[in-house]
Amino acid sequence: MTTTAPRATPMGTLRNRFLQLAERITTPLVPADYLDIIDPLRSGTELRGRIVAIHPETRDAVSLVIKPSRGWRPHTPGQYIRIGVDVDGVRQWRAYSLTSDTDQADGCIAITVKAIPGGKVSNHLVRRATVGTIIQLDHAAGEFTLPVVVPAKILFVTAGSGITPVMGMLRNMAEHTDVVVVHSAPTPDDVIFAGELRMMASRGRIRLIEKHTDTDGMLSSTELTDLVSDLSERETWACGPTGMLDALEQHWNDNGMPERLNTERFRPTVVTAGEGGTVTFSKSATAVETPGDRTLLDAGEAAGVLMPSGCRMGICFGCVAPLRQGTVRDLRNGDITTAAPGDGVKIQTCISAAAGTCDIDL
Amino acid sequence: MTTLQRQEKNPIAHLSSGDIESLGRELDAIRQQVLDSRGERDADYIRSVIDFQRKLELGSRAVLLFSLFPPAWLAGTAGLSVAKIVENMEIGHNVMHGQWDWMRDNKIHSTTWEWDNASPSDMWKHSHNEIHHTYTNVVGKDEDLGYGIMRVDEDQRWMLFYLAQPLWNFINACFFQYGIAAYDLKIGKYLKGKTDKEEFRIQAKGVLAKIRRQMTKDYVLHPLLSGPSAVTTLTANMTANLVRNLWTHSVIMCGHFPEGVQTYEKKSIDGETRGEWYLRQMLGSANISGSRLLHFMTGNLSFQIEHHLFPDLPSNRYQEIAPKVQELFERYGLTYVSGPMVKQVGSAWKKVFRLSLPNDALRKATAAVNPMNIVQIVFPSESTEVDVEAA
Repeated sequence: MTTTAPRATPMGTLRNRFLQLAERITTPLVPADYLDIIDPLRSGTELRGRIVAIHPETRDAVSLVIKPSRGWRPHTPGQYIRIGVDVDGVRQWRAYSLTSDTDQADGCIAITVKAIPGGKVSNHLVRRATVGTIIQLDHAAGEFTLPVVVPAKILFVTAGSGITPVMGMLRNMAEHTDVVVVHSAPTPDDVIFAGELRMMASRGRIRLIEKHTDTDGMLSSTELTDLVSDLSERETWACGPTGMLDALEQHWNDNGMPERLNTERFRPTVVTAGEGGTVTFSKSATAVETPGDRTLLDAGEAAGVLMPSGCRMGICFGCVAPLRQGTVRDLRNGDITTAAPGDGVKIQTCISAAAGTCDIDL
Repeated sequence: MTTLQRQEKNPIAHLSSGDIESLGRELDAIRQQVLDSRGERDADYIRSVIDFQRKLELGSRAVLLFSLFPPAWLAGTAGLSVAKIVENMEIGHNVMHGQWDWMRDNKIHSTTWEWDNASPSDMWKHSHNEIHHTYTNVVGKDEDLGYGIMRVDEDQRWMLFYLAQPLWNFINACFFQYGIAAYDLKIGKYLKGKTDKEEFRIQAKGVLAKIRRQMTKDYVLHPLLSGPSAVTTLTANMTANLVRNLWTHSVIMCGHFPEGVQTYEKKSIDGETRGEWYLRQMLGSANISGSRLLHFMTGNLSFQIEHHLFPDLPSNRYQEIAPKVQELFERYGLTYVSGPMVKQVGSAWKKVFRLSLPNDALRKATAAVNPMNIVQIVFPSESTEVDVEAA
């Protein structure tokens, strides 16, 4: 113990002693391993949640009401959470915007998920998730939020599931704010929260402009200027596909007010695996160009990285290291493994080759 | 490829190198079928086994709080023994093999798992996953062969020390977890001065710390928690550990020791192909036949052959692929060594006894008392030379 350590209170010391004793009783496991059997959502555990209700929103979108474990910290509307859900037995992490009121009496939160074609997790959540399932959670994050002092005039430009963070804000916003919502969806039936949005509009709470792209075509920036005459007076938040956001940013830049536009970009979920790529070993601050037929283990060793290794044939798991992000290919059967930032998927470097840019945590 | 055991004929002489490679491709295909169908069912399996094991352990330890009462001692000891066996075999061994890494659940992962055993998981993973599974049955490389204290092959030079190897094996069985820790530490090599002293010191410290934690739990804290039942809980925990040691030792002996299992020379694996590696695993392992309960209690190591072919496939799948693997053995004219537990344990022990004596000692001893041989020794004839050549 060092002298700079904060002085322990008698209660704290007692608690620590008790915890140490409990750990000695349960070794090699920790008390939490047994407590998880009894109450997986208790305080002091890592963040988890239980799905308590599933509400259909459209034919391909649902809202999941989640009871988070006791360590949950309230979020700011507009933020998203990463959830870890087991799909076909494999834990997958994805980010979804929170759409719930921040002051729910029962402490529940909600996310809204739209099934995207080929989306592993979104389709699972929309079509197969069941009430009662325990999922893993991360704390809310994201800068796509309203400032503490809410501007008097606001414009939301959204498309598809881009409405979800905005709904989070609308549901938690003071009544008197002047809000315009311009929302695009393929057809009237595809509008998530259609009923609630239209109700807000009919009550005069917001001005809602729905754009049904199957019949009306895509929203253009000039059209937006026509639809919202006081565009330049409004602080704008936009969320939707990359193409739309790029166009909006261009327009706001051209009009010399880039600071008045806040955007939230969806992470691209479709990855095309290539052959080889730049492999970065982040802890060793080393990067190498690697062909698609060379193992990450060989590439790392050749670059002087201290690589853990074992059998070099894929059986001993002595070489396992976290893939922080990127795509790798199993050289034995061509299987592709992809990791998004924060995933830290553990891979066997001795049988994996780069199938794109990779970042290895070594 | 040279087999060391005295073979009447080479069991793979009929296979061309092309055969061996196509055998390898067929095994790759079996592996791929399992990978393609691996999913929720498997994940549910391991989670329910872990859940069952933890509840059984908690329940048994709770019952043992009243172990002064003999039925409680019996029930608690039986439950704890089973819990410890399942923890080591179906859960610990298989999780540390990376069989469940694909689930990406940090709590059930080869890099984070620690098991209820004297040998720390890091050290065990190296000596087991890397050394034993890569160099399976290669004499001088695979230290699981005889654990460095026994003579397991005719070509190993006989020494007086081996005369007592049935006793060494029995002692090793009783204290198996410490035996494993000792050879994971490579104590033998250290005593011969073949290991780095500093590295050994660090590793030994880790092992001792682990043993201390394990002993404190089983032999101090849980007995103390039992209050008036302290002594009986202590004996219960000792019994459970002994039962686990004897059981795991027996199962593991069945994996590579029974008659019919091949051993290999170091130089025979130089430049080994994937197909040849598979073939060595096929001939170097033996299964145990029996009920589903037996398979579960052995951690599916009763499917030792399937496990050695595919050490990273989920253990619940070995039973499923066993018929396909067995069919391959038949088609390629190889012997699938398998038998009931009692027979396999007996066979392994027989080998331990046989090899405790110098080669042919038994035959020579029998021969010495055979009247015909005595006649020949006393009255050497021309036929003696023929006999010698035939021998």
